[in-house]
Amino acid sequence: MSLPTTPAVRSTVLHPARDELLEVVAGLRNDGYDMVIDLTAVDYVAHPGRTDLPEGVVGERFEVVVSLIHHRSRERARIRVQVPEEDPVVPSLFDLYPGTEAMEREVHDLYGVAFEGHPDPTRILMPEDWDGHPLRKDVAVGTIPVRFKNPTER
Amino acid sequence: MTDTTDRETTRPVATPEESTGDARVRRRDDGAVLRMSEADASVMAGGGDDPANDVDGGQRMILNMGPAHPSTHGVLRLMLELEGETVLRSKPVIGYLHTGMEKTGEGLTYLQGPTNVTRMDYAAPLFCELVYSMAVESLLGIDVPPRATWIRMLMCELNRVSSHLLFQATNGMDLGAVSMMIFGWREREEVLRFFEMVTGLRMNHNYIRPGGVAADLPDGWEVDLVRLLEIIPPRLDEYEVLLNNQPIFRDRLQGVGVINTAEALALSATGPILRATGYDWDLRRDEPYLAYDQVAFDVVVGAHGDAYDRYAIRLQEIRESLKIVEQAMELMPGGDYRNQDKKVTPPPRARINQSMEALIHHFKIFTEGFHVPPGEAYAAVESPRGELGCYLVSDGGPNPYRMHIRAPSFANLQTLPHLMEGGFIADAVAVISSVDPIMGEVDR
Repeated sequence: MSLPTTPAVRSTVLHPARDELLEVVAGLRNDGYDMVIDLTAVDYVAHPGRTDLPEGVVGERFEVVVSLIHHRSRERARIRVQVPEEDPVVPSLFDLYPGTEAMEREVHDLYGVAFEGHPDPTRILMPEDWDGHPLRKDVAVGTIPVRFKNPTER
Repeated sequence: MTDTTDRETTRPVATPEESTGDARVRRRDDGAVLRMSEADASVMAGGGDDPANDVDGGQRMILNMGPAHPSTHGVLRLMLELEGETVLRSKPVIGYLHTGMEKTGEGLTYLQGPTNVTRMDYAAPLFCELVYSMAVESLLGIDVPPRATWIRMLMCELNRVSSHLLFQATNGMDLGAVSMMIFGWREREEVLRFFEMVTGLRMNHNYIRPGGVAADLPDGWEVDLVRLLEIIPPRLDEYEVLLNNQPIFRDRLQGVGVINTAEALALSATGPILRATGYDWDLRRDEPYLAYDQVAFDVVVGAHGDAYDRYAIRLQEIRESLKIVEQAMELMPGGDYRNQDKKVTPPPRARINQSMEALIHHFKIFTEGFHVPPGEAYAAVESPRGELGCYLVSDGGPNPYRMHIRAPSFANLQTLPHLMEGGFIADAVAVISSVDPIMGEVDR
């Protein structure tokens, strides 16, 4: 399988489509990539015209970034998956690497990207009744008034 | 409370044969992780009142531990399902210290960034600054002068010493060895005193910055460092006399919180937790950054994967770090302590008084910040708790477009339900302590 790649320091960067993700990660797992070291996301809505994508990959609003490590050969791989705004769903990697459990919950909590098949898709950092996803670029800093003094006076 | 002989026979100790390493199956099917909403938990906890909810004769209960429990190292909250004194399932609940530092990082310039990330892992702040600076330098494509590299390495290893000393202190406190708490803090204070002399602050230094370090080492730094190197090793020997052969201390740690290599790898655990299982992996040696390929040190690994191994590894790593510090002191090169690229580094003070351009330049760097070429980069260092990573995305502006920190404690906490399963509630404290989570880094 030949996937679009981009150059990076000390790492291979792969750009699979969303429906190829599980297959690609399972392939890497068979190749000896024995740990998912990191899983995060980026919201590209405020960065139009980005040029760091290889040919054939159409940029979407969200990008889920998975970093894997191959301890024996000391190699790293990074997978960048485009996730559209209208349907922010990615298959969960939990069955391949259970260590992604908390990381996927964090991305779900802070970006609103759902992970299909995740065993516990609840919020992890924000309160359970929180409205919205704070790391999205359309959520501004400082919009919630905070009162530091005299909470009883009004 | 049962006596110790009874405890020996009833303690379930997971041998590597029993736990097949398929942590995936254990986590999803055996219910090693408590997956229960707070409403369900309150129904279950109050099950004694309503016979309809009392499915198991009142033997099981849900116990909430934290978030303000003294042994939770901050604000970690645990939900434990207990049968008698045995922990059946558990779930760490985090987020009580979430202050949106990754979001804050998007609003700060690259030069202000270290002040933000340094507050994440407050026990090892220099590592956060280092990994952030390395990611920025990787995007900028600039080199760091040798002296700055060696200063960074020297300071980071001292920081590892202070962080592991803090672990020894809190670990002792959690296990009831209160004298160890005093000793650990006393020695840590000596290291912090050196930090204060070099960086001006005991913690949250903002010392390692993109392009180098904030200031050169002050005159006479070797004298203070030699003093440190004389004080600490004999004190470590004292700790060993105090703890290693102490039957109560050994009893509370050996065979407690066992994890094997396959499980640790599956759960993305790094650092002393992974090395305690006998897995030989240390980024300083295996993916050398800074100048770690020019110094001699050993990677300490364990064999049993239990809480005692994690304690022993951290104690030995202090000695290895001091070895590196000693070599760094001897090999410290001369020269600049920061990159002299005009785009990144502000002009020296003397030039500002003479040159209008230098003044404007200085002003621009500190108000607008420097621009970083678009792209993405991931940098990783071996922090005292495991792999600390920084994923940076730049859109060409003076602020990071996205700044993500891969916090080792965040991933390591996932091993907690696994380590506690089947153990005693009294051992839960020893297990939390042996994972050594820093909640500022977990919640960010």
